Amino acid sequence: MEGEGPRLLDLISKERDWVDKEVCKGKNRFEEKLELRLGLPGEETEKEEKQSAKSVFSLSFPENVAKKAFLGTAEAKEGKGTEREASGVHLVAHGTRNANSSIANNSSQTRNSNAPVVGWPPIRSFRKNLGSSSISKSPLDTQDASLVNSNRADINKKGLFVKINMDGIPIGRKINLKAYGGYDELASAVDQLFRGVLAAQRDSLVSEIEKSVGEEKQDIKVLLDGSGKYTLVYEDEEGDRVLVGDVPWRMFISTAKRLRVLKTSDLSVSYINTASRKRAATEC
Amino acid sequence: MSEEEEEDSDKVRRSATNSAASAPPFSDQVLENVLETVLQFISSPRDRNACSLVCRSWNRTESLTRQHLVVGNLYSVDPTRAVTRFPCIQSLSLKGRPRFADFGLFPPGWGAGFTAWAKALVDGLCAGLVKKLVLKRVTVSNSDLDLIGQRLPNFSELTLICCDGFGTPGLGALVENCKQLCVLDLIDSDIEDDNADDQALVDWISKFPKTHNCLESLSFECVPYPVNLGSLESLVARSTNLCRLRVNPHISIGQLCRLMLRAPQLTHLGTGVFCSPMNEDEEVEVEEVEAVFGSMKALICLSGFRDLKAELLPAIYPVCGQLTSLNMSYTEISAEQLKPLIRHCHNLQIFWALDTIGDEGLKAVASTCKDLRELRVFPLDPTEESEGSVSDLGLIYISEGCRKLQSILYFCQRMTNAAVISMSVNCPDLTIFRLCIMGRHKPDHSTGDPMDEGFSAIVMNCKKLRRLAVSGLLTDQAFGQFGKYGKTIRTLSIAFGGDSDLALKHVLEGCCNLQKLEIRDSPFGDAGLLAGIGHFYNMRFVWLNSCRLTVRGCREVARSLPHMVVEVIGDPFIGSPKLEDDEPVDKLYMYRSLAGPRDDAPQFVKIL
Repeated sequence: MEGEGPRLLDLISKERDWVDKEVCKGKNRFEEKLELRLGLPGEETEKEEKQSAKSVFSLSFPENVAKKAFLGTAEAKEGKGTEREASGVHLVAHGTRNANSSIANNSSQTRNSNAPVVGWPPIRSFRKNLGSSSISKSPLDTQDASLVNSNRADINKKGLFVKINMDGIPIGRKINLKAYGGYDELASAVDQLFRGVLAAQRDSLVSEIEKSVGEEKQDIKVLLDGSGKYTLVYEDEEGDRVLVGDVPWRMFISTAKRLRVLKTSDLSVSYINTASRKRAATEC
Repeated sequence: MSEEEEEDSDKVRRSATNSAASAPPFSDQVLENVLETVLQFISSPRDRNACSLVCRSWNRTESLTRQHLVVGNLYSVDPTRAVTRFPCIQSLSLKGRPRFADFGLFPPGWGAGFTAWAKALVDGLCAGLVKKLVLKRVTVSNSDLDLIGQRLPNFSELTLICCDGFGTPGLGALVENCKQLCVLDLIDSDIEDDNADDQALVDWISKFPKTHNCLESLSFECVPYPVNLGSLESLVARSTNLCRLRVNPHISIGQLCRLMLRAPQLTHLGTGVFCSPMNEDEEVEVEEVEAVFGSMKALICLSGFRDLKAELLPAIYPVCGQLTSLNMSYTEISAEQLKPLIRHCHNLQIFWALDTIGDEGLKAVASTCKDLRELRVFPLDPTEESEGSVSDLGLIYISEGCRKLQSILYFCQRMTNAAVISMSVNCPDLTIFRLCIMGRHKPDHSTGDPMDEGFSAIVMNCKKLRRLAVSGLLTDQAFGQFGKYGKTIRTLSIAFGGDSDLALKHVLEGCCNLQKLEIRDSPFGDAGLLAGIGHFYNMRFVWLNSCRLTVRGCREVARSLPHMVVEVIGDPFIGSPKLEDDEPVDKLYMYRSLAGPRDDAPQFVKIL
């Protein structure tokens, strides 16, 4: 049995040399441009015909293969032309096989070659439908990923969202200025927002029970008059940092682009002055 | 068998009573003690199997000392028998369905349930010792998980890969009861609650006891339901040994950052999504995310990115230089987006991506990632008519740049023999070569030749090749080469390949180490199948789908090989497959088993 193997292969390779590769190549490249993405139907069809004509149990390998190797490529040249135009998306590779194959009860044998095959290509189901883009997908050609919207407020129907960062907390949040009627409401909202986060950061190793007790005591007290531990400032269109609370509320909403909660000790005198200068400017 | 065992135990008793009289211990016992000690150092299942075949006493000693049991096909042995033979196992690894089941070729309800094994484990002597379970393609039920959690006191590691059959109730039950759970990895599994409205979902994350702090790995990317963020945060915060965290897409990037800040020691991170959430107030900026990544000094493996906002991608630059594994295979990024990222990844060994990166992207990978061992390129559009964005060019770039490549999975539409040959020559360390040319029967796109030469070169030049998946136009000649040179191949996947039975014959007779054979839609009939009768007992399984088999051939195999379970799998909607000799067999699955035909086969499966 083993001895037969190499001999068969030798036979095959000799047969193949008969084929005029040059001609084949030229033809292929030309038709490659016309080709609709799948394999050469003519070649395949011829092979299938030869094969299914013989009994399934036939062991006459040499004759079978040698003939096909030659006939397959020779006839492919004629086969290709006609086959290509006929089919739509899927080339007719299995048409003849279906006709000649055994009892056609089995659904797979009678499978129409135009129909996609189950499980091919072999991709698991959760990898499919990746092409259906999600809402937040950005165009693929933005290379210089300029920091979009980093300092601008997002105005939409729902409200006026501005970014707010707090000293010592790496991830900021966004708050909707329109949701508040005035500075007091804003201050208390900011207080709420960051209190929990601060507490959590400090007490990450402490058990939950202790944490809930401690929470009431920690009041970050963001005050607008500069007397608390933290102070709220905002950045306007020009990028200046201004103390929150000096201008009328509605003016504040229209000019504030970004908020920051800074440690009062970090504030310099110049900040406090800026607000009064701006107020003076608008009043004139 | 029992008589000899009794003799041995008599000897042992006698030696015990005589030892007081200071007679030298029987050499048998000395040998067994020595053997036990030596065997402790042997952990590979293959080596252990070899040891167990030496003689009866070696077999016994090996059985008593085996700690890790790997059962490649859970139907190959009865669970109770396995557990009885190996009473001291600490870890069990089971595989159920074969790989083709992932692609819809196995009808649902075929089998591979875990329940019988769960029962055997909890009732067996090993119940107090079992720590670890790794299940792949097995159907696990909620009650199985409950059972494990309650009845295995030392259980600590559960890994489920491509499993199904359970939902949040099972998870909840497991984490609630399993006091020492340190690994819970749910990977690519189909998790579904029977009644999935929000009220019925179990908040399993909250079921971890407040004192539970030994978690080392938590992967729940495939759990399709939201989780309680507060509980998750506190779990992460108190699990100081946590080094692997992979979250599902319900966690926004802002929330992820907060989790990361609690666990700066993480080595493996799965981001879930990588974009801003719908609610405005949680939006984050690149610098913020970048700062958080900057603090992750131990991170070496990054995955997720299921929904990517491209502007946020630069946030991961701080960790690129330390990454050894990067999985971006769920996100469409272009070559232009990849380049600035990959430029920093000079330590990368594993890279998974979508073909949207194109040949240019692969060129960039090849020029930086000199240490690359594993590459997987998946198609964005996994259909036969798709454009395909990578080609033979990409393969050539990789072969020239990544000489240490060991494993490759590559989906494309255009390939040449030259490119494959180039890889075979430049990457001699290849152990896994899986090339999927998506269009059926596609030849070399520049010469029109079959892909014989390329694949043959792989088999000839890659001396360590263990796993091969072929595609494209292939003649019997190629298979002849596989049989001739593929002596190390253990797993072979064939689709739409070959011309005749000769191809199958070559493979079955030539590939002497072949263990797993999966074939679909290839013109192989009974004659080819029967050529393997001398080899099937050495194999784990053979799977033939939509080939040219008939019942007669399969029956012949079943008759010649009584220990092979030969399953003819029909269509569940049609019912039992007909078994007249001339009936074609669409799906054949056969495997060697000590347990005989299984008793849980559904109606559409017939065992010959």
